[in-house]
Amino acid sequence: MAETSVRNFNINFGPQHPAAHGVLRLVLELDGEVVDRVDPHIGLLHRGTEKLIEHKTYLQAVPYLDRLDYCAPMNQEHAFALAAERLLGIEVPKRGQLIRVLYCEIGRIMSHILNVTTQALDIGALTPPLWGFVEREKLMVFYERASGSRMHAAYFRPGGVHQDLPHKLVEDIGKWIDPFLKSLDDLDALLTGNRIFKQRNVDIGTVSLADAWAWGFSGVMVRGSGAAWDLRKSQPYECYAEMDFDIPIGKNGDCFDRYLVRMEEMRQSAKIMRQCVDLLVGKEGSGPVSNLDGKVVPPKRPAMKRSMEALIHHFKLYTEGYRVPAGEVYAAVEAPKGEFGVYMVSDGTNKPYRCKLRAPGFAHLQAMDFLCRGHMLADVTAVLGSLDIVFGEVDR
Amino acid sequence: MSASLSELSTYLGEKLPGRFSDAVLAYGELTVSVEPRDLIEVATFLRDDPKCQFISIIDVCGADYPSRTKRFDVVYHLLSPKQNFRIRLKVQADEETMVPSITGVYPGADWFERETYDLYGVLFSGHPDLRRILTDYGFEGHPLRKDFPLTGFVEVRYDDEAKRVVYEPVELKQEFRNFDFLSPWEGTDYVLPGDEKAKQ
Repeated sequence: MAETSVRNFNINFGPQHPAAHGVLRLVLELDGEVVDRVDPHIGLLHRGTEKLIEHKTYLQAVPYLDRLDYCAPMNQEHAFALAAERLLGIEVPKRGQLIRVLYCEIGRIMSHILNVTTQALDIGALTPPLWGFVEREKLMVFYERASGSRMHAAYFRPGGVHQDLPHKLVEDIGKWIDPFLKSLDDLDALLTGNRIFKQRNVDIGTVSLADAWAWGFSGVMVRGSGAAWDLRKSQPYECYAEMDFDIPIGKNGDCFDRYLVRMEEMRQSAKIMRQCVDLLVGKEGSGPVSNLDGKVVPPKRPAMKRSMEALIHHFKLYTEGYRVPAGEVYAAVEAPKGEFGVYMVSDGTNKPYRCKLRAPGFAHLQAMDFLCRGHMLADVTAVLGSLDIVFGEVDR
Repeated sequence: MSASLSELSTYLGEKLPGRFSDAVLAYGELTVSVEPRDLIEVATFLRDDPKCQFISIIDVCGADYPSRTKRFDVVYHLLSPKQNFRIRLKVQADEETMVPSITGVYPGADWFERETYDLYGVLFSGHPDLRRILTDYGFEGHPLRKDFPLTGFVEVRYDDEAKRVVYEPVELKQEFRNFDFLSPWEGTDYVLPGDEKAKQ
Protein backbone atom coordinates (compact mmCIF):
# COMPACT_ATOMS: atom_id res chain seq x y z
CA MET A 1 0.00 0.00 0.00
CA ALA A 2 1.29 3.39 -0.89
CA GLU A 3 2.41 5.59 1.96
CA THR A 4 0.12 8.53 2.46
CA SER A 5 1.10 11.69 4.21
CA VAL A 6 -0.91 12.25 7.37
CA ARG A 7 -1.37 15.73 8.65
CA ASN A 8 -3.17 17.28 11.56
CA PHE A 9 -6.48 18.85 10.83
CA ASN A 10 -7.76 22.15 12.16
CA ILE A 11 -11.45 22.71 12.67
CA ASN A 12 -13.53 25.50 14.06
CA PHE A 13 -16.02 24.50 16.73
CA GLY A 14 -18.48 27.39 16.85
CA PRO A 15 -19.07 30.33 17.19
CA GLN A 16 -22.49 29.09 16.08
CA HIS A 17 -22.76 25.62 17.54
CA PRO A 18 -25.57 24.47 19.82
CA ALA A 19 -23.15 22.61 22.12
CA ALA A 20 -20.90 25.65 22.51
CA HIS A 21 -23.34 27.12 25.06
CA GLY A 22 -23.23 30.52 23.49
CA VAL A 23 -20.71 32.23 21.29
CA LEU A 24 -17.58 30.22 21.84
CA ARG A 25 -15.15 29.64 19.03
CA LEU A 26 -12.86 26.69 19.68
CA VAL A 27 -10.04 26.16 17.24
CA LEU A 28 -9.31 22.46 17.50
CA GLU A 29 -6.23 20.78 16.15
CA LEU A 30 -7.08 17.16 15.49
CA ASP A 31 -4.87 14.18 14.94
CA GLY A 32 -7.43 11.86 13.42
CA GLU A 33 -10.17 11.99 16.01
CA VAL A 34 -7.88 12.82 18.92
CA VAL A 35 -7.66 16.41 20.06
CA ASP A 36 -4.10 17.72 20.01
CA ARG A 37 -4.67 21.32 20.95
CA VAL A 38 -7.63 23.51 21.87
CA ASP A 39 -7.52 27.24 21.44
CA PRO A 40 -10.70 28.89 22.73
CA HIS A 41 -11.41 32.29 21.19
CA ILE A 42 -13.66 34.26 23.48
CA GLY A 43 -14.83 37.84 23.61
CA LEU A 44 -17.57 37.58 21.00
CA LEU A 45 -20.06 38.66 23.64
CA HIS A 46 -17.81 41.28 25.23
CA ARG A 47 -19.91 44.30 26.13
CA GLY A 48 -17.49 46.24 28.27
CA THR A 49 -19.48 45.78 31.46
CA GLU A 50 -16.62 46.88 33.69
CA LYS A 51 -16.11 50.07 31.70
CA LEU A 52 -19.82 50.81 31.78
CA ILE A 53 -20.00 50.31 35.54
CA GLU A 54 -17.23 52.88 35.99
CA HIS A 55 -19.56 55.42 34.39
CA LYS A 56 -22.69 54.58 36.38
CA THR A 57 -23.68 55.20 39.96
CA TYR A 58 -23.71 52.23 42.29
CA LEU A 59 -27.44 51.72 41.94
CA GLN A 60 -27.37 52.05 38.16
CA ALA A 61 -24.65 49.41 37.98
CA VAL A 62 -26.80 46.67 39.53
CA PRO A 63 -28.68 45.62 36.36
CA TYR A 64 -25.40 45.01 34.52
CA LEU A 65 -24.64 42.24 36.98
CA ASP A 66 -27.79 40.39 35.90
CA ARG A 67 -26.48 40.19 32.40
CA LEU A 68 -23.34 38.28 33.32
CA ASP A 69 -24.46 34.82 34.24
CA TYR A 70 -28.01 35.05 32.96
CA CYS A 71 -28.81 31.53 34.20
CA ALA A 72 -28.74 32.70 37.81
CA PRO A 73 -28.89 36.50 37.71
CA MET A 74 -29.43 37.30 41.36
CA ASN A 75 -26.29 35.53 42.55
CA GLN A 76 -24.17 38.05 40.65
CA GLU A 77 -26.04 41.03 42.06
CA HIS A 78 -25.38 39.54 45.44
CA ALA A 79 -21.59 39.84 45.12
CA PHE A 80 -21.89 43.44 43.98
CA ALA A 81 -24.27 44.30 46.82
CA LEU A 82 -21.95 42.67 49.36
CA ALA A 83 -18.96 44.63 48.07
CA ALA A 84 -20.82 47.95 48.20
CA GLU A 85 -22.22 47.16 51.64
CA ARG A 86 -18.81 46.37 53.01
CA LEU A 87 -17.43 49.68 51.79
CA LEU A 88 -20.44 51.56 53.10
CA GLY A 89 -20.38 49.65 56.38
CA ILE A 90 -24.09 48.88 56.45
CA GLU A 91 -25.96 45.78 57.53
CA VAL A 92 -28.87 43.98 55.94
CA PRO A 93 -31.80 43.19 58.28
CA LYS A 94 -32.67 39.60 58.99
CA ARG A 95 -35.65 39.38 56.65
CA GLY A 96 -33.60 40.86 53.82
CA GLN A 97 -30.90 38.26 54.42
CA LEU A 98 -33.41 35.43 54.38
CA ILE A 99 -34.93 36.64 51.12
CA ARG A 100 -31.46 36.91 49.61
CA VAL A 101 -30.52 33.40 50.66
CA LEU A 102 -33.85 32.06 49.39
CA TYR A 103 -33.39 33.65 45.98
CA CYS A 104 -29.73 32.68 45.75
CA GLU A 105 -30.73 29.07 46.19
CA ILE A 106 -33.48 29.46 43.60
CA GLY A 107 -30.79 30.77 41.28
CA ARG A 108 -28.54 27.84 42.07
CA ILE A 109 -31.27 25.34 41.23
CA MET A 110 -32.09 27.25 38.03
CA SER A 111 -28.49 27.16 36.92
CA HIS A 112 -27.87 23.53 37.86
CA ILE A 113 -31.05 22.32 36.15
CA LEU A 114 -30.02 24.10 33.00
CA ASN A 115 -26.51 22.73 33.16
CA VAL A 116 -27.30 19.12 34.01
CA THR A 117 -30.02 18.82 31.40
CA THR A 118 -28.21 20.59 28.59
CA GLN A 119 -25.11 18.57 29.28
CA ALA A 120 -27.28 15.52 28.72
CA LEU A 121 -28.54 17.17 25.55
CA ASP A 122 -24.99 17.75 24.34
CA ILE A 123 -24.26 14.08 24.52
CA GLY A 124 -27.47 13.01 22.91
CA ALA A 125 -30.34 12.82 25.41
CA LEU A 126 -33.34 14.93 24.49
CA THR A 127 -35.77 14.22 27.34
CA PRO A 128 -33.91 15.76 30.34
CA PRO A 129 -34.10 19.37 29.06
CA LEU A 130 -37.80 18.96 28.38
CA TRP A 131 -38.40 17.78 31.93
CA GLY A 132 -35.98 20.18 33.56
CA PHE A 133 -37.32 23.29 31.89
CA VAL A 134 -40.77 22.68 33.37
CA GLU A 135 -39.39 23.20 36.87
CA ARG A 136 -37.07 25.98 35.76
CA GLU A 137 -39.98 27.90 34.33
CA LYS A 138 -41.74 27.78 37.68
CA LEU A 139 -38.66 29.25 39.33
CA MET A 140 -38.58 32.06 36.81
CA VAL A 141 -42.16 32.83 37.75
CA PHE A 142 -40.99 33.16 41.36
CA TYR A 143 -38.35 35.61 40.14
CA GLU A 144 -41.01 37.54 38.31
CA ARG A 145 -43.37 37.64 41.26
CA ALA A 146 -40.63 39.05 43.48
CA SER A 147 -38.97 41.51 41.16
CA GLY A 148 -41.26 41.96 38.17
CA SER A 149 -38.81 40.40 35.78
CA ARG A 150 -38.16 36.82 34.79
CA MET A 151 -34.44 37.19 34.32
CA HIS A 152 -32.94 40.62 34.72
CA ALA A 153 -34.25 41.21 38.18
CA ALA A 154 -32.19 44.07 39.69
CA TYR A 155 -33.59 42.85 42.97
CA PHE A 156 -30.59 42.63 45.32
CA ARG A 157 -29.51 46.20 45.86
CA PRO A 158 -26.87 47.55 48.20
CA GLY A 159 -28.60 47.69 51.59
CA GLY A 160 -31.04 44.83 51.10
CA VAL A 161 -33.56 43.79 48.50
CA HIS A 162 -35.80 46.05 46.49
CA GLN A 163 -39.24 44.99 47.69
CA ASP A 164 -40.77 42.71 50.28
CA LEU A 165 -42.18 39.35 49.22
CA PRO A 166 -45.94 38.85 49.43
CA HIS A 167 -46.96 36.22 51.95
CA LYS A 168 -48.63 34.15 49.24
CA LEU A 169 -45.40 33.98 47.24
CA VAL A 170 -43.44 32.58 50.20
CA GLU A 171 -46.14 29.96 50.68
CA ASP A 172 -46.08 29.04 47.01
CA ILE A 173 -42.32 28.61 47.06
CA GLY A 174 -42.72 26.31 50.06
CA LYS A 175 -45.32 24.28 48.16
CA TRP A 176 -43.06 23.99 45.14
CA ILE A 177 -40.22 22.21 46.96
CA ASP A 178 -41.71 18.72 47.36
CA PRO A 179 -42.96 18.27 43.79
CA PHE A 180 -39.59 19.53 42.62
CA LEU A 181 -37.72 16.89 44.63
CA LYS A 182 -40.00 14.31 43.03
CA SER A 183 -39.18 15.48 39.52
CA LEU A 184 -35.50 15.66 40.44
CA ASP A 185 -35.71 11.99 41.39
CA ASP A 186 -37.25 11.27 38.00
CA LEU A 187 -34.38 13.07 36.31
CA ASP A 188 -31.96 11.15 38.49
CA ALA A 189 -33.54 7.85 37.48
CA LEU A 190 -33.31 8.84 33.85
CA LEU A 191 -29.65 9.85 33.84
CA THR A 192 -27.55 8.54 36.73
CA GLY A 193 -27.78 4.87 35.91
CA ASN A 194 -27.97 5.40 32.18
CA ARG A 195 -25.34 3.37 30.36
CA ILE A 196 -24.81 5.83 27.54
CA PHE A 197 -24.62 8.79 29.88
CA LYS A 198 -21.99 7.00 31.95
CA GLN A 199 -19.97 5.94 28.94
CA ARG A 200 -19.81 9.52 27.80
CA ASN A 201 -18.95 11.04 31.21
CA VAL A 202 -17.05 8.65 33.44
CA ASP A 203 -13.28 9.25 33.31
CA ILE A 204 -13.70 12.14 30.91
CA GLY A 205 -12.08 15.46 31.75
CA THR A 206 -10.46 14.20 34.94
CA VAL A 207 -8.77 16.88 37.01
CA SER A 208 -6.77 16.33 40.18
CA LEU A 209 -7.33 18.54 43.19
CA ALA A 210 -3.87 20.16 43.03
CA ASP A 211 -4.44 21.03 39.37
CA ALA A 212 -7.90 22.34 40.14
CA TRP A 213 -6.53 24.83 42.66
CA ALA A 214 -3.58 25.88 40.51
CA TRP A 215 -5.86 26.57 37.54
CA GLY A 216 -8.05 28.79 39.67
CA PHE A 217 -11.07 26.50 39.66
CA SER A 218 -13.84 27.00 42.18
CA GLY A 219 -17.28 25.75 43.02
CA VAL A 220 -18.35 22.42 41.58
CA MET A 221 -15.04 22.09 39.73
CA VAL A 222 -13.06 21.71 42.99
CA ARG A 223 -15.81 19.90 44.85
CA GLY A 224 -15.95 17.32 42.07
CA SER A 225 -12.24 16.74 42.65
CA GLY A 226 -12.73 16.11 46.33
CA ALA A 227 -12.28 19.40 48.19
CA ALA A 228 -15.00 20.21 50.72
CA TRP A 229 -14.73 23.87 49.85
CA ASP A 230 -17.81 26.01 49.70
CA LEU A 231 -17.80 29.73 50.45
CA ARG A 232 -21.22 29.38 52.04
CA LYS A 233 -19.57 27.23 54.73
CA SER A 234 -15.96 28.36 54.81
CA GLN A 235 -16.43 32.12 54.54
CA PRO A 236 -20.13 32.49 55.35
CA TYR A 237 -21.99 35.58 54.25
CA GLU A 238 -25.59 36.62 55.02
CA CYS A 239 -27.24 34.02 57.25
CA TYR A 240 -25.71 30.93 55.64
CA ALA A 241 -23.94 30.18 58.92
CA GLU A 242 -27.33 29.46 60.52
CA MET A 243 -28.52 27.19 57.74
CA ASP A 244 -28.25 23.43 57.94
CA PHE A 245 -26.95 21.87 54.73
CA ASP A 246 -24.22 19.54 53.50
CA ILE A 247 -21.55 19.96 50.86
CA PRO A 248 -21.46 17.06 48.41
CA ILE A 249 -18.03 16.20 47.04
CA GLY A 250 -16.83 13.92 44.26
CA LYS A 251 -14.05 11.37 44.31
CA ASN A 252 -12.61 11.18 40.84
CA GLY A 253 -12.89 14.70 39.48
CA ASP A 254 -14.39 13.61 36.17
CA CYS A 255 -17.46 14.87 34.33
CA PHE A 256 -19.70 12.27 35.95
CA ASP A 257 -18.71 13.29 39.48
CA ARG A 258 -19.40 16.89 38.68
CA TYR A 259 -22.82 15.88 37.43
CA LEU A 260 -23.50 13.98 40.67
CA VAL A 261 -22.32 16.92 42.78
CA ARG A 262 -24.72 19.23 40.94
CA MET A 263 -27.63 16.86 41.45
CA GLU A 264 -26.97 16.62 45.18
CA GLU A 265 -26.43 20.37 45.47
CA MET A 266 -29.92 20.93 44.10
CA ARG A 267 -31.33 18.77 46.90
CA GLN A 268 -29.31 20.69 49.47
CA SER A 269 -30.50 23.98 47.97
CA ALA A 270 -34.07 22.78 48.31
CA LYS A 271 -33.30 22.04 51.96
CA ILE A 272 -31.98 25.57 52.51
CA MET A 273 -35.02 27.00 50.73
CA ARG A 274 -37.33 25.11 53.06
CA GLN A 275 -35.55 26.54 56.10
CA CYS A 276 -35.77 30.05 54.65
CA VAL A 277 -39.47 29.66 53.92
CA ASP A 278 -40.13 28.45 57.47
CA LEU A 279 -38.22 31.38 58.92
CA LEU A 280 -39.86 33.90 56.60
CA VAL A 281 -43.40 32.90 57.53
CA GLY A 282 -42.44 32.67 61.20
CA LYS A 283 -42.00 35.49 63.68
CA GLU A 284 -38.23 35.74 63.28
CA GLY A 285 -38.53 36.65 59.65
CA SER A 286 -40.65 39.74 60.02
CA GLY A 287 -39.26 43.24 59.78
CA PRO A 288 -37.76 45.45 57.10
CA VAL A 289 -36.17 43.93 54.00
CA SER A 290 -33.49 46.55 53.56
CA ASN A 291 -31.38 48.84 55.65
CA LEU A 292 -33.22 51.88 57.00
CA ASP A 293 -30.39 54.32 56.34
CA GLY A 294 -32.13 56.92 54.20
CA LYS A 295 -28.80 58.06 52.77
CA VAL A 296 -28.30 54.76 50.94
CA VAL A 297 -31.63 52.99 50.49
CA PRO A 298 -34.35 54.96 48.68
CA PRO A 299 -37.60 55.51 50.59
CA LYS A 300 -40.80 53.64 49.84
CA ARG A 301 -43.43 55.40 47.79
CA PRO A 302 -46.00 55.95 50.57
CA ALA A 303 -43.34 57.69 52.67
CA MET A 304 -42.59 60.06 49.81
CA LYS A 305 -46.21 61.23 49.78
CA ARG A 306 -45.97 62.42 53.37
CA SER A 307 -42.39 63.22 54.20
CA MET A 308 -40.38 66.02 52.61
CA GLU A 309 -37.16 64.36 53.75
CA ALA A 310 -38.10 61.12 51.98
CA LEU A 311 -38.84 63.08 48.83
CA ILE A 312 -35.44 64.76 48.93
CA HIS A 313 -33.73 61.42 49.58
CA HIS A 314 -35.53 59.89 46.63
CA PHE A 315 -34.49 62.70 44.32
CA LYS A 316 -30.88 62.69 45.43
CA LEU A 317 -30.50 58.90 45.36
CA TYR A 318 -31.92 58.52 41.86
CA THR A 319 -29.92 61.37 40.36
CA GLU A 320 -26.63 61.68 42.13
CA GLY A 321 -26.68 58.41 44.04
CA TYR A 322 -24.76 57.91 47.25
CA ARG A 323 -21.08 58.46 47.85
CA VAL A 324 -19.13 55.42 48.90
CA PRO A 325 -16.08 55.86 51.16
CA ALA A 326 -12.72 55.42 49.45
CA GLY A 327 -11.16 52.01 49.71
CA GLU A 328 -11.03 48.65 48.02
CA VAL A 329 -12.72 45.36 48.80
CA TYR A 330 -13.03 41.95 47.23
CA ALA A 331 -16.38 40.32 47.91
CA ALA A 332 -17.00 36.78 46.73
CA VAL A 333 -20.08 34.61 46.72
CA GLU A 334 -20.57 30.96 45.95
CA ALA A 335 -22.40 31.39 42.67
CA PRO A 336 -23.76 28.22 41.06
CA LYS A 337 -20.79 28.04 38.70
CA GLY A 338 -18.11 28.74 41.27
CA GLU A 339 -16.63 31.70 43.06
CA PHE A 340 -18.02 34.92 41.65
CA GLY A 341 -16.11 37.89 43.00
CA VAL A 342 -16.31 41.65 42.71
CA TYR A 343 -13.14 43.63 43.30
CA MET A 344 -14.34 47.14 43.86
CA VAL A 345 -12.19 50.24 44.17
CA SER A 346 -13.94 53.36 45.34
CA ASP A 347 -12.43 56.84 45.27
CA GLY A 348 -15.09 58.39 47.45
CA THR A 349 -17.37 59.54 44.63
CA ASN A 350 -20.78 58.27 43.58
CA LYS A 351 -19.36 55.94 40.92
CA PRO A 352 -17.06 52.93 41.31
CA TYR A 353 -13.51 53.80 40.28
CA ARG A 354 -12.83 50.23 39.23
CA CYS A 355 -15.08 47.23 39.34
CA LYS A 356 -13.44 44.00 38.32
CA LEU A 357 -15.82 41.09 37.93
CA ARG A 358 -14.17 37.79 38.60
CA ALA A 359 -16.19 35.19 36.75
CA PRO A 360 -15.74 31.51 37.56
CA GLY A 361 -16.40 30.46 33.96
CA PHE A 362 -13.42 32.48 32.74
CA ALA A 363 -11.01 30.46 34.87
CA HIS A 364 -12.70 27.20 33.93
CA LEU A 365 -12.73 27.82 30.21
CA GLN A 366 -9.03 28.63 30.05
CA ALA A 367 -8.31 25.07 31.17
CA MET A 368 -10.05 23.63 28.08
CA ASP A 369 -6.71 22.89 26.44
CA PHE A 370 -5.42 21.23 29.62
CA LEU A 371 -8.61 19.18 30.05
CA CYS A 372 -9.24 18.11 26.45
CA ARG A 373 -5.76 17.29 25.23
CA GLY A 374 -5.66 13.61 24.27
CA HIS A 375 -9.42 13.20 24.42
CA MET A 376 -11.62 12.39 21.45
CA LEU A 377 -13.43 15.11 19.53
CA ALA A 378 -16.79 13.96 20.87
CA ASP A 379 -15.56 14.38 24.46
CA VAL A 380 -14.99 18.09 23.93
CA THR A 381 -18.71 18.72 24.22
CA ALA A 382 -18.95 16.55 27.34
CA VAL A 383 -16.11 18.47 29.01
CA LEU A 384 -17.49 21.80 27.91
CA GLY A 385 -20.91 20.87 29.27
CA SER A 386 -19.54 19.87 32.64
CA LEU A 387 -17.51 23.09 33.00
CA ASP A 388 -20.80 24.99 33.06
CA ILE A 389 -19.87 27.89 30.84
CA VAL A 390 -22.08 30.89 30.26
CA PHE A 391 -20.75 33.50 27.92
CA GLY A 392 -22.36 36.43 29.61
CA GLU A 393 -19.91 36.09 32.47
CA VAL A 394 -16.90 34.81 30.54
CA ASP A 395 -16.89 37.72 28.11
CA ARG A 396 -18.41 40.34 30.39
CA MET B 1 -10.08 36.80 60.89
CA SER B 2 -8.34 40.18 61.00
CA ALA B 3 -6.19 39.08 63.96
CA SER B 4 -4.86 36.07 62.10
CA LEU B 5 -4.32 38.19 58.99
CA SER B 6 -2.19 40.66 60.94
CA GLU B 7 -0.23 37.67 62.25
CA LEU B 8 0.25 36.56 58.68
CA SER B 9 1.37 40.05 57.76
CA THR B 10 4.06 40.05 60.49
CA TYR B 11 5.09 36.53 59.51
CA LEU B 12 5.56 37.59 55.90
CA GLY B 13 7.56 40.60 57.06
CA GLU B 14 9.95 38.29 58.92
CA LYS B 15 10.27 35.71 56.17
CA LEU B 16 10.58 38.08 53.23
CA PRO B 17 12.47 41.09 54.59
CA GLY B 18 12.54 44.02 52.23
CA ARG B 19 10.53 42.19 49.60
CA PHE B 20 7.42 44.29 49.94
CA SER B 21 7.14 47.98 50.48
CA ASP B 22 3.76 48.12 52.10
CA ALA B 23 1.30 45.83 53.86
CA VAL B 24 -2.14 47.25 54.59
CA LEU B 25 -4.97 45.64 56.49
CA ALA B 26 -8.25 47.30 55.55
CA TYR B 27 -11.86 46.06 55.49
CA GLY B 28 -10.61 42.72 56.81
CA GLU B 29 -8.36 42.16 53.81
CA LEU B 30 -4.59 42.10 53.55
CA THR B 31 -2.98 44.03 50.70
CA VAL B 32 0.73 43.69 50.03
CA SER B 33 2.64 45.86 47.55
CA VAL B 34 5.48 44.17 45.73
CA GLU B 35 8.15 45.37 43.30
CA PRO B 36 7.90 43.69 39.88
CA ARG B 37 11.34 42.05 40.24
CA ASP B 38 10.31 40.33 43.50
CA LEU B 39 6.92 39.14 42.30
CA ILE B 40 7.84 35.59 41.30
CA GLU B 41 9.78 35.01 44.51
CA VAL B 42 6.94 36.29 46.69
CA ALA B 43 4.29 34.33 44.80
CA THR B 44 6.32 31.11 44.99
CA PHE B 45 6.87 31.62 48.71
CA LEU B 46 3.18 32.27 49.31
CA ARG B 47 2.27 29.12 47.41
CA ASP B 48 4.82 26.77 49.01
CA ASP B 49 5.22 27.95 52.58
CA PRO B 50 3.28 25.65 54.95
CA LYS B 51 1.94 28.59 56.91
CA CYS B 52 0.59 30.31 53.79
CA GLN B 53 -0.37 27.70 51.18
CA PHE B 54 -1.95 30.16 48.81
CA ILE B 55 -2.34 27.43 46.22
CA SER B 56 -5.24 28.93 44.33
CA ILE B 57 -5.11 31.90 42.00
CA ILE B 58 -8.38 33.74 42.13
CA ASP B 59 -7.85 36.75 39.97
CA VAL B 60 -5.37 38.99 38.21
CA CYS B 61 -6.58 42.38 37.06
CA GLY B 62 -5.41 45.86 36.29
CA ALA B 63 -6.41 49.28 37.52
CA ASP B 64 -5.51 52.62 36.00
CA TYR B 65 -4.46 55.73 37.95
CA PRO B 66 -3.36 58.19 35.23
CA SER B 67 -2.14 60.82 37.72
CA ARG B 68 0.69 58.59 38.96
CA THR B 69 4.06 58.16 37.24
CA LYS B 70 3.55 54.42 37.24
CA ARG B 71 -0.04 54.56 36.24
CA PHE B 72 -1.12 50.92 36.44
CA ASP B 73 -1.73 48.62 39.36
CA VAL B 74 -1.68 44.93 38.61
CA VAL B 75 -3.72 43.31 41.36
CA TYR B 76 -3.42 39.61 42.23
CA HIS B 77 -5.91 37.85 44.46
CA LEU B 78 -4.75 34.59 45.99
CA LEU B 79 -6.67 32.13 48.12
CA SER B 80 -5.42 29.65 50.67
CA PRO B 81 -8.11 27.01 51.11
CA LYS B 82 -6.18 25.26 53.91
CA GLN B 83 -5.74 28.36 56.05
CA ASN B 84 -8.90 30.00 54.76
CA PHE B 85 -7.06 33.24 53.94
CA ARG B 86 -7.18 35.63 51.07
CA ILE B 87 -4.35 37.95 50.15
CA ARG B 88 -4.02 40.71 47.59
CA LEU B 89 -0.71 41.50 45.90
CA LYS B 90 -0.19 44.75 44.08
CA VAL B 91 2.45 45.59 41.52
CA GLN B 92 2.86 49.04 40.01
CA ALA B 93 3.69 49.37 36.34
CA ASP B 94 3.61 51.82 33.46
CA GLU B 95 3.24 51.25 29.73
CA GLU B 96 6.85 50.08 29.39
CA THR B 97 7.46 48.12 32.59
CA MET B 98 7.68 44.40 32.05
CA VAL B 99 5.82 42.66 34.84
CA PRO B 100 7.03 39.06 35.20
CA SER B 101 4.30 36.60 34.36
CA ILE B 102 3.29 34.25 37.17
CA THR B 103 2.00 31.57 34.79
CA GLY B 104 4.98 29.45 35.88
CA VAL B 105 3.73 29.53 39.48
CA TYR B 106 0.01 29.43 38.76
CA PRO B 107 -0.99 28.08 35.32
CA GLY B 108 -4.42 29.62 35.89
CA ALA B 109 -2.99 33.14 35.62
CA ASP B 110 -2.66 32.76 31.86
CA TRP B 111 -5.94 34.25 30.66
CA PHE B 112 -6.14 36.75 33.47
CA GLU B 113 -2.80 38.23 32.40
CA ARG B 114 -3.91 38.22 28.77
CA GLU B 115 -7.01 40.10 29.82
CA THR B 116 -4.97 42.65 31.78
CA TYR B 117 -2.76 43.15 28.74
CA ASP B 118 -5.76 43.47 26.47
CA LEU B 119 -7.71 45.94 28.57
CA TYR B 120 -4.85 48.01 30.03
CA GLY B 121 -1.78 47.37 27.90
CA VAL B 122 0.34 46.11 30.78
CA LEU B 123 3.14 43.94 29.40
CA PHE B 124 4.02 40.61 30.98
CA SER B 125 7.43 39.05 30.41
CA GLY B 126 7.64 35.30 30.08
CA HIS B 127 3.98 34.83 29.26
CA PRO B 128 3.53 31.92 26.84
CA ASP B 129 0.95 33.53 24.61
CA LEU B 130 0.32 37.23 25.22
CA ARG B 131 -2.49 37.91 22.74
CA ARG B 132 -5.64 39.96 23.02
CA ILE B 133 -8.50 38.00 24.47
CA LEU B 134 -11.73 39.91 25.00
CA THR B 135 -11.67 42.60 22.34
CA ASP B 136 -12.33 42.21 18.65
CA TYR B 137 -9.81 40.76 16.20
CA GLY B 138 -7.64 43.67 15.09
CA PHE B 139 -8.80 46.00 17.86
CA GLU B 140 -6.63 49.02 18.61
CA GLY B 141 -6.17 50.62 22.01
CA HIS B 142 -6.74 49.42 25.54
CA PRO B 143 -10.36 50.04 26.47
CA LEU B 144 -10.26 50.07 30.26
CA ARG B 145 -7.70 52.85 30.48
CA LYS B 146 -9.22 55.97 31.93
CA ASP B 147 -8.29 58.01 28.84
CA PHE B 148 -10.18 55.64 26.52
CA PRO B 149 -13.65 57.04 25.84
CA LEU B 150 -16.65 55.01 26.93
CA THR B 151 -18.09 55.04 23.42
CA GLY B 152 -14.84 53.89 21.78
CA PHE B 153 -13.61 55.08 18.40
CA VAL B 154 -15.17 52.76 15.82
CA GLU B 155 -18.52 51.09 15.37
CA VAL B 156 -19.45 48.18 13.15
CA ARG B 157 -22.37 47.53 10.89
CA TYR B 158 -23.17 45.17 8.06
CA ASP B 159 -22.84 46.90 4.71
CA ASP B 160 -25.33 45.43 2.28
CA GLU B 161 -23.49 46.71 -0.78
CA ALA B 162 -20.03 45.54 0.24
CA LYS B 163 -21.59 42.34 1.63
CA ARG B 164 -19.42 42.46 4.69
CA VAL B 165 -19.11 44.07 8.09
CA VAL B 166 -17.55 47.52 7.92
CA TYR B 167 -15.89 49.61 10.62
CA GLU B 168 -16.73 53.32 10.78
CA PRO B 169 -15.91 56.13 13.19
CA VAL B 170 -18.44 56.39 16.00
CA GLU B 171 -21.20 58.88 15.34
CA LEU B 172 -23.34 59.78 18.32
CA LYS B 173 -26.80 61.19 17.90
CA GLN B 174 -26.51 62.59 21.38
CA GLU B 175 -23.47 63.35 23.50
CA PHE B 176 -22.92 60.94 26.37
CA ARG B 177 -24.31 62.73 29.39
CA ASN B 178 -21.74 62.71 32.09
CA PHE B 179 -22.94 64.92 34.91
CA ASP B 180 -20.42 66.25 37.36
CA PHE B 181 -21.73 65.64 40.85
CA LEU B 182 -18.52 66.46 42.66
CA SER B 183 -18.93 70.23 42.63
CA PRO B 184 -22.34 71.75 43.27
CA TRP B 185 -21.38 74.86 41.28
CA GLU B 186 -20.00 73.51 38.03
CA GLY B 187 -22.38 72.06 35.48
CA THR B 188 -21.54 69.98 32.48
CA ASP B 189 -18.59 70.92 30.29
CA TYR B 190 -20.56 70.76 27.03
CA VAL B 191 -23.70 72.43 25.72
CA LEU B 192 -26.89 70.77 26.85
CA PRO B 193 -29.61 70.37 24.20
CA GLY B 194 -31.77 73.53 24.23
CA ASP B 195 -29.13 75.57 26.03
CA GLU B 196 -27.45 76.89 22.88
CA LYS B 197 -29.46 80.12 22.81
CA ALA B 198 -28.98 80.94 26.47
CA LYS B 199 -25.41 82.10 25.95
CA GLN B 200 -26.20 84.45 23.02
